[in-house]
Amino acid sequence: MKVMSMRQAIATYVHDGDTVAIEGFTACISFAAGHEIIRQGRRDLVLCRMTPDLLYDQMVAAGCARKLVFSYLGNPGVGSLHAIRRAVEKGIPAPLELEEYSHFGMVGRYLAGAWRLPFFPLRSYLGSDMPRVNPRIRFLKSPYGEEEIAVVPPLNPDVAILHAQRADVHGNTQLWGLLGVQKEAAFAARHVIVVVEEIVDEEVIRADPNRTLIPGMIVDAVVCEPYGAHPSYVQGYYDRDNAFYLRWDEISRDEAGTRAWLEEWVYGLPDRAAYVEKMGREVWERLKPGEAWSGAVNYGAYR
Amino acid sequence: MEYSPTEMMIVAAARALAGVRTVFVGVGPPNIACNLARRTVAPELELVYESGVFGARPARMPLSIGDPALVSGATLVCSQADLFGLYLQGGRLEVALLAGAQVDRFGNLNTTAIGDYAHPRVRLPGSGGACEIAINVGRVFLMMPLSRRSFVERLDFLTSPGHLGGKGERAALGMPGRGPERVITDRCLLGFEDGEMVLERLHPGVSLEEVQAAVGWELRLSPHLGVTEPPTDEELRILREELDPQGIYRR
Repeated sequence: MKVMSMRQAIATYVHDGDTVAIEGFTACISFAAGHEIIRQGRRDLVLCRMTPDLLYDQMVAAGCARKLVFSYLGNPGVGSLHAIRRAVEKGIPAPLELEEYSHFGMVGRYLAGAWRLPFFPLRSYLGSDMPRVNPRIRFLKSPYGEEEIAVVPPLNPDVAILHAQRADVHGNTQLWGLLGVQKEAAFAARHVIVVVEEIVDEEVIRADPNRTLIPGMIVDAVVCEPYGAHPSYVQGYYDRDNAFYLRWDEISRDEAGTRAWLEEWVYGLPDRAAYVEKMGREVWERLKPGEAWSGAVNYGAYR
Repeated sequence: MEYSPTEMMIVAAARALAGVRTVFVGVGPPNIACNLARRTVAPELELVYESGVFGARPARMPLSIGDPALVSGATLVCSQADLFGLYLQGGRLEVALLAGAQVDRFGNLNTTAIGDYAHPRVRLPGSGGACEIAINVGRVFLMMPLSRRSFVERLDFLTSPGHLGGKGERAALGMPGRGPERVITDRCLLGFEDGEMVLERLHPGVSLEEVQAAVGWELRLSPHLGVTEPPTDEELRILREELDPQGIYRR
């Protein structure tokens, strides 16, 4: 049975020292999984994400990580990620190594990982200082001409954790809205945890196969965690909590404030359901979007 | 109508998109400029976001480039592998409107670090998609307030290439895109000649001395130096009432 609690999924598939990718570009970031990793006290993780976002700021503040692999380090539209800066600049609570790419570079790393290729070639990094500070970004001469092309190495996380709208009990997962690198990260990883707003009947999935992004075949664990991506958003389910992204800028400015927040909202709670309860109905009402349904399409019945 | 220098910059950036069909929308101020362009000079403009959205028609002003309002009503939403591979590297995108923290006379951009990379005075977000956008998109328009801190003689870190050391250097490295063509600021408009920035227009009421004092090198001047048309009442109305009623982008 793949359906399990977040506690069980993290205990089973995330170990000290693992390379972990909790992906989701602005949307569908599994804060629920990150918080459970913090609660279970994982250490020395290599955390991979295109945009580390508030989630990795919180995980770094909690001392989970030894290294960050990324392509955009900021609180989008707000400013810096203060806890990550403290770790990098002052070693608080532990030193943090940075390995930096561009977005296309990170996408290419996941693609090479998923396709089991030794590297991924891309038209980027020419004339940039980025290869100078990251020796894993290299240039190759094309075997078919004189052209020099940048290459990046494959990324194969020990575990990828992806949030989506819905899955069936087998882990067949449907996602709509921004797709990010959810599919590529899943296929690149050795183990996959999908976290969903709803578990639905297999018939719901089979009624719309074009919307299935991740097949149950590659999924190890299915966790049902409503509002599990807050303060990021899930298209059609809840809006991004921009007010919280602004507040985190204040909360995280000093170490004590950050620790107090982690105590109250992560260590002090047993699970995501308690977080949802504590956050209160007003927040969920405020973040509820209006409706905009897609039209249905006819797949046809062929007998 | 009275207007702020930032409003002048947004309006000028929107006007620069007249006739453009596809624009890669950068993080920050470019977002509002592109949305203004679509409502004014470029109704056919397709807004493309690195989050994987093509042809966005946001009902509200998106706060980030990953806002859910970009998805609802868009022409198409794809994976970021498709966005960077098929659309950007595939040569389908005409113009990118980008912001930067530091720029030099050749339009090279720094969004990584102020000071030394290993021990920065200010750590900036890094490339995001900017490095490959600057290399692959047809033409690059830059949008940033003029200041001596931003317009520098030497970058602390070159994140995204402009014309590198001058004319011809991009082509020699095999870059598909033509590189920076315009710089839109809150004081003036600049173009490029032989890969170097040239002052082309001053915004109304701005002096040449004021502009030169805010630039860290001796600025080349166009022989046809002109003055920008001020924002029209209609441009300001759309900007203030429809796009940014809370004044988040106009500060």
